[in-house]
Amino acid sequence: MSCQRAQELIHGYVDGELDPANNLEIERHINECQVCANTYRSQTTLRSSLRDKSLYYPASEKLKKRIQSAVREEAKSERSPRALGWRWVAVGASLAFMVLIGVLMWRILPGVSRPSSDELLAQELVSNHVRSLLLGGSHLTDVLSSDQHTVKPWFDGKVDFAPPVKDFAGQDFRLYGGRLEYLNNRSVATLIYQRRLHYINLYIWPTEQSGSTGEVTFQRQGYNLIHWTSSGMNYWAVSDLNNVELHEFARLVQQQ
Amino acid sequence: MQDERLASFEDAVLPHVDAAHNLARWLTRNDSDADDVVQEAYLRAFKFFGGFHGTDGRSWLLSIVRNTSYTWMQHNRSPQFSVPLDDELEEIESEDLDPEALLQQSQDTEIVRRALEELAVEYREVLVLRELEEMSYKEIAGIIDLPLGTVMSRLARGRKRLQDALTKHMRRRF
Repeated sequence: MSCQRAQELIHGYVDGELDPANNLEIERHINECQVCANTYRSQTTLRSSLRDKSLYYPASEKLKKRIQSAVREEAKSERSPRALGWRWVAVGASLAFMVLIGVLMWRILPGVSRPSSDELLAQELVSNHVRSLLLGGSHLTDVLSSDQHTVKPWFDGKVDFAPPVKDFAGQDFRLYGGRLEYLNNRSVATLIYQRRLHYINLYIWPTEQSGSTGEVTFQRQGYNLIHWTSSGMNYWAVSDLNNVELHEFARLVQQQ
Repeated sequence: MQDERLASFEDAVLPHVDAAHNLARWLTRNDSDADDVVQEAYLRAFKFFGGFHGTDGRSWLLSIVRNTSYTWMQHNRSPQFSVPLDDELEEIESEDLDPEALLQQSQDTEIVRRALEELAVEYREVLVLRELEEMSYKEIAGIIDLPLGTVMSRLARGRKRLQDALTKHMRRRF
């Protein structure tokens, strides 16, 4: 065995991790070689000095007790959530019941048929969205421009309101153009945005309602729809884009 | 069921609290931090005890203690983490060190303690597991999640560095 090899294996030898053949060879080498014998002796010396009891830090009695009670406390708290859990189920059930009553009242009350009209509108908007993308998108825009200052004035004189128009190219929702639609028995401004290969139709028209409502999400034929109102305008965003990204878009529009 | 789990946890893992504390203390180099790390590690171990199917409760616990210590050290921005692992650093000649002189030096436990504490954490942990905990290469490899060969080379380098540090202390003294 060469000295180089012996120096490599000496730690395995000291640690008793060598196979018997290497063990024998290194013992023979140490008997013959003064340098490697020295290395071996320094290693065993180092080992015995590291095995000094005062270098070992056992846990204090206080810590042992602290840990035992912490673990038992943990075991106890794991047991109790089940009891607590039933209470939450009861709370949830009564909440659900109240919501159900609320929805029933909402539907029964005369003149307030918003859920069903929204459903119908959602269907109409999806049809419009699909139609706008037919024929290679030649129906998509009346005015093709990514410039908000071109699209916004284009609506002047075509609709009796001024829809907010903003490009979100920085957030990867590029303004693609505008279009005029007749929906829900009225003229509707439509903005088209693009993300990757997906188009978003954003339908905007005024509402009597003041204030804002939160987002309502629909799904029709694999399309996602998000509806909200803010600053006296109805908004509907329709796209085949996934729900998460469409929400991201809706938030951008609301923040403008 | 819960009581059974608690009982088998207390049988398999609780007896190794000294080993857990020893490792945490050498990694964090601080008494109260070590206590907190060990308690946190025990709570984690209890949480994941369902996933423990082995027989070696000590190795299993020590790998959790090690992870908890590293997380703790990262959160507390221990300067230890800015020290790169210099496996390829220059080797200082110390193989021809006189064993008798080393013996004399290493009898001073405080110097050995300081030298080991000052060692980079990668070497310190394998030395602690090997020399103080007397674990096999295989057990150590399981705990630090690295191959056997790496355990062996880290031990070799760690010992060399420790020797060098002790030699320096000695030269400073005489």
